[in-house]
Amino acid sequence: MAHGHDDHHHGPAKGITRWLYTTNHKDIGSMYLWFSFAMFLMGGVFALVIRAELFQPGLQFVEPNFFNQMTTMHGLVMVFGAVMPAFVGLANWMIPLMIGAPDMALPRMNNWSFWILPFAFAMLASTLFMDSGAPNFGWTFYAPLSTTYAPSSVTFFIFAVHIMGASSIMGSINIIATIINMRAPGMTLMKMPMFVWTWLITAYLLIAVMPVLAGVVTMMLFDIHFGTSFFSAAGGGDPVLFQHVFWFFGHPEVYIMILPAFGIVSEIIPTFARKHLFGYDSMVYAVASIAFLSFIVWAHHMFTTGMPLAGELFFMYATMLIAVPTGVKVFNWITTMFKGSISFETPMLFSIAFVVLFTMGGFTGLMLAIAPADFQYHDTYFVVAHFHYVLVPGAVFSIMAAAYYWLPKWTGHMYDEALGKLHFWLSFVGINILFFPQHFLGLAGMPRRIPDYSLQFADFNMISSIGAFIFGFSQLLFLFIVVKTVMGGKKATAAVWDNPEGLEWTVDSPAPYHTFSTPPLVK
Amino acid sequence: MNDAPSHNSSSEQAAGTKGLVGKLALVVIGMFGFGFALVPIYEVFCEWTGLNGKTGGRVEYSATQEIAKERLVTVQFTASNNAGMSWTFEPMVHQVEVHPGELTEIRYRARNPTMGRMVGQAVPSVSPLKAADYLRKTECFCFTQQVLEGGEAIEMPVLFYVDPALPADVTKLTLSYTLFDVTKNFEVSAPLVSEL
Repeated sequence: MAHGHDDHHHGPAKGITRWLYTTNHKDIGSMYLWFSFAMFLMGGVFALVIRAELFQPGLQFVEPNFFNQMTTMHGLVMVFGAVMPAFVGLANWMIPLMIGAPDMALPRMNNWSFWILPFAFAMLASTLFMDSGAPNFGWTFYAPLSTTYAPSSVTFFIFAVHIMGASSIMGSINIIATIINMRAPGMTLMKMPMFVWTWLITAYLLIAVMPVLAGVVTMMLFDIHFGTSFFSAAGGGDPVLFQHVFWFFGHPEVYIMILPAFGIVSEIIPTFARKHLFGYDSMVYAVASIAFLSFIVWAHHMFTTGMPLAGELFFMYATMLIAVPTGVKVFNWITTMFKGSISFETPMLFSIAFVVLFTMGGFTGLMLAIAPADFQYHDTYFVVAHFHYVLVPGAVFSIMAAAYYWLPKWTGHMYDEALGKLHFWLSFVGINILFFPQHFLGLAGMPRRIPDYSLQFADFNMISSIGAFIFGFSQLLFLFIVVKTVMGGKKATAAVWDNPEGLEWTVDSPAPYHTFSTPPLVK
Repeated sequence: MNDAPSHNSSSEQAAGTKGLVGKLALVVIGMFGFGFALVPIYEVFCEWTGLNGKTGGRVEYSATQEIAKERLVTVQFTASNNAGMSWTFEPMVHQVEVHPGELTEIRYRARNPTMGRMVGQAVPSVSPLKAADYLRKTECFCFTQQVLEGGEAIEMPVLFYVDPALPADVTKLTLSYTLFDVTKNFEVSAPLVSEL
C-alpha cells in the first residue's frame, strides 16, 4: 500500500509510556491479548489445583473451602479475564484492518477500557491473600451464598465485577461505533467479513446484559452492607430472583463467548479450503437469531428451582430452537470444506477441531435442555463436561486458531508450523482426555464443585486429571511459539496464506503502525 | 443493504460517532434500570402465577363469605427453621379439615431457648404452587416480627380460609413457615443481653 509509507515517521513512542498512553488499536489489541494469556495461565493454575485434588478420592492437597475458592476463581478468571479480553483484543487488532478504518472510533476510551482491566483483576486476585479467603460461592455467585454466607472479600469481588463490566461496555460501544461509522466506502453491511458481523452482534449483546450484571452485583452490595432484602427471604425478598436476574445476564453471556468464535472459524475455513464461505447471508441471519434467542432461554439453568410446567416447557422448547440456527452454521462450515482444496495448517486444524468438538458440546447442551432429564443431570459433572466442551475446544480453540492465523500479520514472521501442529495435537488429545470422561462421571451422578467423591468415580477422575495436566502444560509450548515468532522467523508476505479474502491481507506484514489513513475502495 | 458510511469529512464522521455513542449510552443506562425493574416485575409475575408459593397479604373476612359445605379440603401445617435460627418452632395442630370459605384459626408455638432477646420473622409458603393464591389469611404472625426475651415462649395465631374457587383437583394444601433470625437487623432498637 503506497500510502503506508507516509505514515512511518509516526511510529510508536518509546518505552513504557508507549503502552500506558497508547491510543493505537494495534497496541491496545496486543495488550488485551497478552493480558488475556496471562489470565489464561492464572485460571489454568487454579484449574490444575482442582484437578490435582480430584486426582484421587479423599482430601489430598487443599481444604474444601480453598477448593471452593479455586472453582470460583477459575470460572471468573477464565470467563472475564481470559476469553472475553482475548476476543476484545482480536476485535481491536482486526476490525479496523478488516473494514479499512485507520483506528477505532474512540481511541482514548479504548485505552481506558483496557487499562482498568488489570486493576479489576488485581483486586479480584488480591482476595486470595485476605483473611476471609477469596470468593468461594461459585462463578455464578448465587445468593444467599454470595450475600448472607459470603466471605467479607465479596465486596472486592463486587467492585471488580463493576470494573470489568465498565470495561466491556466501553469496549462494545467502541466496536459498534467503529463498525457503523468507519467502514471503507463500498463496504456495505452485507459485505462485512463474518468476524466483523459476529462482533457487531456480540457488542450489542454486551451493552444489553453487562448493565444487568452490574445491577445484580449492586443489589448484592446493598443486601450485604445497607440492609436491603432483594435476595433475603426474611426481609420479603427472594433468592430465586437472584438466579433469574443473573441468568438473564448469564445466558447471553455464554453467546458473547462463542459468537466471535463463529466469526473466526468463518474466516479461517474458507482460506484453507480455498473456497468462498458457503451461505454468507444465512450465517449472518443465524448469528442474529442466536443472539435474539439468547434472551428468552435463561430459565433453562433453573429447571430444578420449581417452575410451573408451562415455564419448563417454554424454556425447554425455546432452548432447543437454538439448535436450528447453530445447525445452519455447522452445515455451512462443512459445506465450505466440501470438495475444497484443503490444507491442514495449524489454524485450520484448530478450526476443524472447533467444528467437531463444539458440535459435541452443542449436543450435550440439547440433552441438558430436556427439562425432565435435566433433573438428573443438574449440577453434575455432565454439566461441567458440556460447558467445557463449548468453551475450551470451542471459544479457546478459536482464539488459538485466530492467533496462529493472524500472527504472521501481527509480527511479520511465520510461526514454526511443526511446533504449531505439535501444540495442536497435544491440546486436542489433552482436552478430550480431560473432558470426555467427565460426561460419564456426570451421568453416573458425580456432583460438581465437591472436593471429594465416592470410590466408583476414581478411575475416570484420574484419567481426567491426567488430561488436564497434558492440556495445561502444552499451553507453555504455545507461549514459546508466540515468543519465538515475535523474535524472528521466516518473513511473512502481505497475503501470508494462499489467496485469503479480506482487507487485512492487503497491508504489509507486519501491519504498519498506521494503516488505511486514506480509506481503501471496496468494490 | 446499501448503507455504506459516507467518507465526506472526518468532522461529519465524528458527529455521527457522537450521536451513536449517546444512543448506546442510553441503552446501557436503560438496561441498568431494567435489571432493577426485574425486581417488581418478578413480584407481580409471582403474584399472578403463584410462582414460589408466595401467599398474599392480609385480607378481610366478609360475613357474607359463601361456604362450600359439600366440599372438604385438608390443610397441613409445617414449620422449619432457617440455618442458624435456634428457636423451637412448631404448629400446635398438624392438619385440619375445612370447608372452603370457612374461617379457621390454628396456632403455632415458638420458644426462644437462648439467654438473650431475639427477633424472628416467619415467611410462609404454600404448596402445591397453584393453590397459593387460594389460601387467604385474615390474621397471621408472619405479618409482623416476633420479639422474644431469652427463655420466653409464645403462641401465635393464624386465621385463614380457603377460597371456594380452589381448583377441584386440589384436595390437600400445605402451609409451611420458615423462621428466620432477624435480630441483627434490630440491634439498634433492641437492647443486648449485657444491657438487660
